[in-house]
Amino acid sequence: MSEKVLMKGNEAIAEAAILAGCRHYFGYPITPQTEVAAYMSKKMPKIGGTFLQAESEIAAINMVYGVASTGKRAMTSSSSPGISLKTEGISYLAGADLPALIVNVQRGGPGLGGIQPSQSDYFLATRGPGHGDFHVLVFAPSSVQEMADLTSKAFELAEKYRMPAMLLADGTMGQMMEPVVLPEPIEKVEEKPWAVTGTKGEREHNIINSLYLKPAELEQTNLDRFARYKIIEETECMWEEFMMEDAEVCVVSTGITARVSRNAIVEARKQGIKVGMIRPITLWPFPKKPLIEAADKVKSFIAVELNMGQMKEDIELAIRCKKPVALCSRVGGMIPSPDEVLEAIKKEV
Amino acid sequence: MSKVIFNEELCKGCGLCVNACPKQILALSKTRLNGKGHTPVEQIDPDKCIGCAFCAMMCPDCVITVIRE
Amino acid sequence: MVVFEKPKALTDAVLHYCPGCTHGIVHRLVAEAIDELGIEGKTIGVAPVGCSVMAYDYFACDMIEASHGRAPAVATGVKRALPDNIVFAYQGDGDLASIGLCETVSTAARGENVTIIFINNAIYGMTGGQMAPTSLIGQVTQTSPYGRDPKTQGYPINICELLATLDAPYYLERVTVNNVQHVRQAKKAIKKAFQNQVEGKGYSLIEVVSACPTNWGMTPQKALDWIETDMLPRYPLGVYRDKDAEAKKED
Repeated sequence: MSEKVLMKGNEAIAEAAILAGCRHYFGYPITPQTEVAAYMSKKMPKIGGTFLQAESEIAAINMVYGVASTGKRAMTSSSSPGISLKTEGISYLAGADLPALIVNVQRGGPGLGGIQPSQSDYFLATRGPGHGDFHVLVFAPSSVQEMADLTSKAFELAEKYRMPAMLLADGTMGQMMEPVVLPEPIEKVEEKPWAVTGTKGEREHNIINSLYLKPAELEQTNLDRFARYKIIEETECMWEEFMMEDAEVCVVSTGITARVSRNAIVEARKQGIKVGMIRPITLWPFPKKPLIEAADKVKSFIAVELNMGQMKEDIELAIRCKKPVALCSRVGGMIPSPDEVLEAIKKEV
Repeated sequence: MSKVIFNEELCKGCGLCVNACPKQILALSKTRLNGKGHTPVEQIDPDKCIGCAFCAMMCPDCVITVIRE
Repeated sequence: MVVFEKPKALTDAVLHYCPGCTHGIVHRLVAEAIDELGIEGKTIGVAPVGCSVMAYDYFACDMIEASHGRAPAVATGVKRALPDNIVFAYQGDGDLASIGLCETVSTAARGENVTIIFINNAIYGMTGGQMAPTSLIGQVTQTSPYGRDPKTQGYPINICELLATLDAPYYLERVTVNNVQHVRQAKKAIKKAFQNQVEGKGYSLIEVVSACPTNWGMTPQKALDWIETDMLPRYPLGVYRDKDAEAKKED
């Protein structure tokens, strides 16, 4: 499977999930992620998998919880308002230490908002989407290729660390078409000693659970989980740097706005402006290291995003406010043009 | 000969077995408490037990084992 | 010869239920059915939120604790992933008939091949006795201190009757456990509900009209009597759907 195929971002997610051994998809219709479900509904019955259009987003995430309890790979996809509903289930997945993939193809909000692209679920995703003290792995693709690659990666790391993962794409990523080289299919999803599969009379019963009525026990589960999070923060950060060698201004952006920014940076360079970009690929764990290093070299940062400055706060935290961080953003489904980003860059020099 | 064995520490003294017994030979202890502080069930006239297991069927806590010989 | 003992499908964990709570009886009946069908090794249970939240400690088979009301969705996921395993959900009235009613109806409408054990005791026990969707008209609870008034608090929901309006459910029966005869009938129904799943027949739900002596403010025996005098007139016992019997009739 090394040849390129032309695919929509949402379809690339679905196909990559199947190649990653996911045979159980549960969803509820919502724009702009619809193609994921449509693709799954066509494909799953043909490969002995499950496509189930659930009665609600809440039911869908709990069906995922059921499959994840058996140690098999499961996923759901939705868009922003639907993710709000799923947060209960995501919290339970985290509390029971279950791996699963949740795809959020974001649209504008709050409330019903709109159906055009947005990155305004950044806080929701990175702060732990649901009640309690937890994180999910968050991946922010910036191309259809990454929609596929990060889907595989998300399943892999979710299982490795026994936690939910979220693919946090903006609506543009879901809807755009690009050539993509699909990942190799995985041979077999590993069996899990902790999974509920029936004791077969050979072992004590396994229990999937997030209830701990003794405070000391609950505290310990939180401490254990955060010890794992620390390892993840140290080892699993992903990011890409662009023209950062001699940069005096550092753009930080993800998804569609990273692509717009790239054009603006190329244009700025033509005009002699020393600007580069750090593009976080994992949003949790947030790639603090390259930002801290950049903070010693650049004069300022610009967060380019489709929200009112949510990632900007993470940048400021990462660099301990060593340098100013400007914001260049559009919201509500509007996307900044390369010229708007260029203007923002020029303000910093 | 039939007999019932009580796993007394599990008994919560709810008395449902007492009412279920057709021979009326069960009673909650008036003199003892178990480790949980409940008054456990006792058989007051073991010879009359017919091993019907009605008591065990009404027991919510699996206190009772019934043996018939 | 031992003619009655604790079933093997129950662990040795001490039940946390109040004295006289009929959860214990129903747990035992479920475990007896599992034992008699010889399915413990392939059974996966789903516990609810409510008094029976810790059912996962009591059943010896693999267990999952679900979020409030979502047990049928979780059971659906498990069954789809492991169709050869036996999957049951054990739920109370707040869980099944209120917060999880959407999952209840939809799982039944899909005819998922799972077994649902529904404990209807007309009250929220775990949180201290609030009005349930199945609380009787006039029933005094912590949140209906003047008695449930249909004008502001609506009418009780009859789950078996409601689900019997759907095409897919295979077997729906309402039983109770307030005396030996009723316990025997409940056992028969619960076993059949598991047997149906073993045979791949589809969705079975057994509603067990149950007692909550503590929150009803009654002695255990008085609570069983109250089932007879007050609960059963609103929740008549009987079979609400049995496709086996319907098929026999057609023959």
